Amino acid sequence: MVVMKMKFPFEKRVKLAQGLWLLSWCATVAGAFTFSLGCILKTELRRRAEVMDNSDVHVVPNTLMIVGLASLGINYFASKVCQDALDAGRFPRWKKMLKPYFAVSCFFTVLMLLAVIMSYAMKGSLESSLKVGLRNGIRFYKDTDTPGRCFQKQNIDRLQMEFQCCGNTDFKDWFEFQWISNRYLDFSSKEVKDRIKSNVDGRYLVDGVPFSCCNPSSPRPCIQSQLTNDSAHYNYEYQTEELNIYLRGCREALVNYYMGLMNTIGAGVLSVFLLQASVLVSLRFLQTAMEAVEGNENTEIETEGYLLEKSVKETVMEYINPVMKFLMLKNQVEEGTPGNPEIPTDVNVKPGLF
Amino acid sequence: MAVLRLKFTKNERDKLAQVLWILNWISVLTGILLFSLGLFLKVEINKRGELMAERDIQYVPNMLIAVGLIACAINFLGGKICYDCVDTNKFLRWKLIMLPYIICTFFFTFCVLVGALMCYSMRGELEESLNLGLTEAIRFYKDTDTPGRCFLKRTVDMLQMEFHCCGNNGYKDWFQIQWISNRYLDMSQKEVVDRLRSNVEGKYLMSGVPFSCCNLNSPRPCIQQHVTNNSAHFNYEHQTEALNLWMRGCREALLEYYTHIMQSIGLTVLLTWLFEVMDACLSVLTGVRYLQTSLENVLRQGDLNSESDGWLLENSFMETARTNLNIIKCLGKGNQIDTANNGDPNINVPSTSKAHYGPDNVPLKEIPEAS
Repeated sequence: MVVMKMKFPFEKRVKLAQGLWLLSWCATVAGAFTFSLGCILKTELRRRAEVMDNSDVHVVPNTLMIVGLASLGINYFASKVCQDALDAGRFPRWKKMLKPYFAVSCFFTVLMLLAVIMSYAMKGSLESSLKVGLRNGIRFYKDTDTPGRCFQKQNIDRLQMEFQCCGNTDFKDWFEFQWISNRYLDFSSKEVKDRIKSNVDGRYLVDGVPFSCCNPSSPRPCIQSQLTNDSAHYNYEYQTEELNIYLRGCREALVNYYMGLMNTIGAGVLSVFLLQASVLVSLRFLQTAMEAVEGNENTEIETEGYLLEKSVKETVMEYINPVMKFLMLKNQVEEGTPGNPEIPTDVNVKPGLF
Repeated sequence: MAVLRLKFTKNERDKLAQVLWILNWISVLTGILLFSLGLFLKVEINKRGELMAERDIQYVPNMLIAVGLIACAINFLGGKICYDCVDTNKFLRWKLIMLPYIICTFFFTFCVLVGALMCYSMRGELEESLNLGLTEAIRFYKDTDTPGRCFLKRTVDMLQMEFHCCGNNGYKDWFQIQWISNRYLDMSQKEVVDRLRSNVEGKYLMSGVPFSCCNLNSPRPCIQQHVTNNSAHFNYEHQTEALNLWMRGCREALLEYYTHIMQSIGLTVLLTWLFEVMDACLSVLTGVRYLQTSLENVLRQGDLNSESDGWLLENSFMETARTNLNIIKCLGKGNQIDTANNGDPNINVPSTSKAHYGPDNVPLKEIPEAS
């Protein structure tokens, strides 16, 4: 049962070949475009690598880069094939390569679609990675003298100023960690000693935030310290004050930024996927139409082209069988042998042994 | 005796016209480049317009924009002329304006040079403008409730954060003005009242700076208040502390930024000018002049496909200069034609008015005029 049979007179074949040539060159450019999108995404993710705990989300740009490179090759090959397609003398040399070519290109096209789906699905993983990363960033904010962490303060300050956010979930995260190093605390002062004693772990916690949380759009000079104490500042109520410091958490800000980026890239890659799929479908029709011409004296006859010779299920089994046989997951039963398929017909059993 | 006479076949004439057409289109592109550079500079200056006092600095980008547009127009016209020169019928249309066009191109090239030089001369005016503008901006930092100034605080904060600078000349500028509005000062507190009273003008001055002056690279949390008081903070010496606040003044930072932009633009415009000089003077003027003279000669000969001579000047330099001077002098004298002093022996100027030869009616001997 043939899938999607279509008639192809000579002119239509010619038009198909020409259109396919143009389409495959467009798809080559689109493949390069996909590769560059992958590179952009990877660069953006690496820029904020210090506030990410793991690099699971990097699978998306990596896949995009691989698929982009592969589609360059696939589409270049397709353009070469359709250039020779109308010449009955030169077309047969491509015949042997076309079957594995279709298998490989279908695999990469499906991979492209998977990359798009992953870019939407990776949100949860990204969020949890940022949660842990930002928490560590805030924890090590004060350790500007520890090798390996000396730029943590700078990174967090830059991040908060650039993304207009404060803390992990919100600004109250700064109240839970000591972000002022002991080097700058005067231990002879009574106030400091009291505060440290009142804390279980002996940490110097304040209800204040670093300067990078300050909002420049505020009409009054920034209030950074004693944020929850209304009486410490004139004409100030911290519950209603919205413009003083950034109220948004950095995790939310970063997730929104990256999801926006990945959604835009996902939309672009989806259109590239559609282009690629149309190239493959057209090439398949051209191949099957040209196969019927082969052997005929008259190359201008009308032929039929189809997508799949057998039904979808049979074709899939046809491709998977060699793979399964290779992995020895299936019993080697030949088609057409009579009797119970569970009893192996072992022709090598010597008579007389039993 | 013509200057630099050359023979031109029809093919050579056509090729000359095509080459000139291409050169003119390249010049149109450079005109667009000049225009966009001028537009870029204008946008950059207007972006920080709030921080600049009223000064005459808009003339530089305006000049560049005008020069760029004129370049496009002139070279587009030149391209059209060269395109039409291939066809002798259309050439007749342009015959009269070709010479003025050549002169305009020459003059315009000079304008491009002036534009390039102006880029370098803008610096002094800009510095003065920034100085005044920043002083005003810092003074009105606290007036976030005054219409027209409510965004000045945000502008100054963003400027200090972006350009890594503090104050006009340095962070001490903030000590001299009141940058905390009275709305946020508790007048019932003794400390506030004392501070206000101790100041002659009743301003609340403090040795503190806004948060936007804080240096990102500092290893310790930012010290904004009591900046000059060493005992107010543990392990702190304000004379040696270089990483706490931004040390550079904003005027210097902005000036450096704009000088960098203007130097790049000035260099690009100079390179464009050099290209225009080579293109306009050598190729277009020479080529167009040759084209003009060879086509005129073709028309004089009557045969469109023949060879013709082209030259730069019909007579030698001296003679042409003398002729032109005489033309200018004649224009100055009005309608009078002085036949007695018919100085130029080369040009046969037939006297159209009645000749005054005297009582004998014998033409006077020609006296060469000392010019």
